[in-house]
Amino acid sequence: MNHKPASNLNLSVSLSGVQLQNPVIPASGCFGFGYGMAEFYDINCLGSISFKGTTRDARFGNPLPRVAECAAGMINSVGLQNPGIDAVIAEELPKMREVFHQPIIANISGFSIDEYVECCEKIDKEEQVAIIELNVSCPNVHGGGMSFGTSCESVGEVVKEVKKVITKPLYVKLTPNVTDIVAIGNSAVEAGADGLCLINTMLGMRIDIKTRRPVIANRMGGFSGPAVFPIAVRMVNQVAHSCGVPVIGCGGVTTAADVIEMMMAGATGVEVGAANLVNPYACKEIIEALPHEMSRLGIASLTDIIGIV
Amino acid sequence: MSDYEIISNRQLTHKTWVMILSGDTSAIKAPGQFVNIAIPGKYLRRPISICDYSHVRGEITLLYDVVGDGTHILSRMRPGRHLNLLNGLGNGFSTTSIGSSPLLLGGGIGCAPLMALARTLRLQGKNPIAILGFNTAADSFGMENWFDQIGVEAYVATVDGSLGTKGFVTDVIREKKINGDHFYACGPMPMLRALCTSLDMPGELSIESRMGCGFGACMCCSVETADGAKRICKDGPVFRKEELIWK
Repeated sequence: MNHKPASNLNLSVSLSGVQLQNPVIPASGCFGFGYGMAEFYDINCLGSISFKGTTRDARFGNPLPRVAECAAGMINSVGLQNPGIDAVIAEELPKMREVFHQPIIANISGFSIDEYVECCEKIDKEEQVAIIELNVSCPNVHGGGMSFGTSCESVGEVVKEVKKVITKPLYVKLTPNVTDIVAIGNSAVEAGADGLCLINTMLGMRIDIKTRRPVIANRMGGFSGPAVFPIAVRMVNQVAHSCGVPVIGCGGVTTAADVIEMMMAGATGVEVGAANLVNPYACKEIIEALPHEMSRLGIASLTDIIGIV
Repeated sequence: MSDYEIISNRQLTHKTWVMILSGDTSAIKAPGQFVNIAIPGKYLRRPISICDYSHVRGEITLLYDVVGDGTHILSRMRPGRHLNLLNGLGNGFSTTSIGSSPLLLGGGIGCAPLMALARTLRLQGKNPIAILGFNTAADSFGMENWFDQIGVEAYVATVDGSLGTKGFVTDVIREKKINGDHFYACGPMPMLRALCTSLDMPGELSIESRMGCGFGACMCCSVETADGAKRICKDGPVFRKEELIWK
């Protein structure tokens, strides 16, 4: 049977009024600021890019080793290495702009509400930044990141303060390391979040049984890869049907079929993380495969399938 | 990223193997670069330094120790099978505008990238001398003869004295009164540290780490250097002596 894709297929999606040519977005921390990946292919085929998690001050991150192999996945404990918000604006964004002309998602992290506010206020002024992704879910830093994302009160508080200083849509990136992700999502939405992004990595650990020590220098890290995909689909489905805002689905997405499954679960945008690290062409291959997959499944427009399950 | 056919995969010692692959070598720009290999059944690729390569024959030689599951699987793969490689990764050694008498200092499996380096330097009319360090004679596999074959003088040191000079590569330099105007090194970190502190000449050192992607995206292999944070996979794996910070 020939599944030649029809020419009238519609891959575009809208996240809070931000039009993306397709839903495929490299996830923060797996694509840098894009220009390095542009050495592999023309990254303008992407829907957007969520850039490397950025904090107020430059951070070196955690000691090595920061990475461990797992069945169908990996653990990382990079620890928010980034050059700091001012250097990102002065040096990284101009380099990104040279090679990428689609809307950008700015992933912002922090260790205090003041820090989140300061960084979001600065990045909000950058023209190419279309959406701010508030990272309250990094599992690899102490006293920041995920500690904001594990309680309804602190999520609400940081979202409320950030919303006061920005004009662009705010998406809150949620951690799966909670008892009730819907409750956290609802708190973010009640405080003013325009959308939600989930899931960040799951806390995991590997032990080297020969040396009898943790593989990761920081003991634990964030588990990602195809192994977490079913968990991500489940959580996206719960949140999308309960929280009433657009959702960016993330977690273990590797193929065009995964993108469609994530959208059927309720995602409007779909982030691809670990897959980029084992195949630098992953996002390009997914985007190229989407029309065939849509034709095969009788999908004319991707927006038709968002949350149909 | 492309597929390569395994031409041969041969055991050299109790832990070291040599694999020859056939395929597109055009991505390799300098000795000291590495490949990142997709291992069947493993999620992350495995970075292995390029021991030698021939653009003419379209061949890559990899020298690797079997240290875990990934390299164990690699060691079991037969000729005729294919491997997916990201090729020509990292910066490699710089071979231009440095003096004419370089010392090539290797420790264990770190001797691997010195082979292509020696060949490149010979082609430039330079006179490199290779000094290869191993723990014992059982770890060595006659690599000094590989250097001899391309006209590069080579010495061996073993920690237990079971082959060549007893001690480290620095003991060979002292014992044989070897003079060089700069050095290239690859090996275990304690060895590299000793070389940086004891050799009074410019040097370039190749360091290794567990890696996530191998091409600079994930920041899983960052090191603090005198010039700020650098990614071993993308900004390295070769660093100038002055860049490395020893704590």
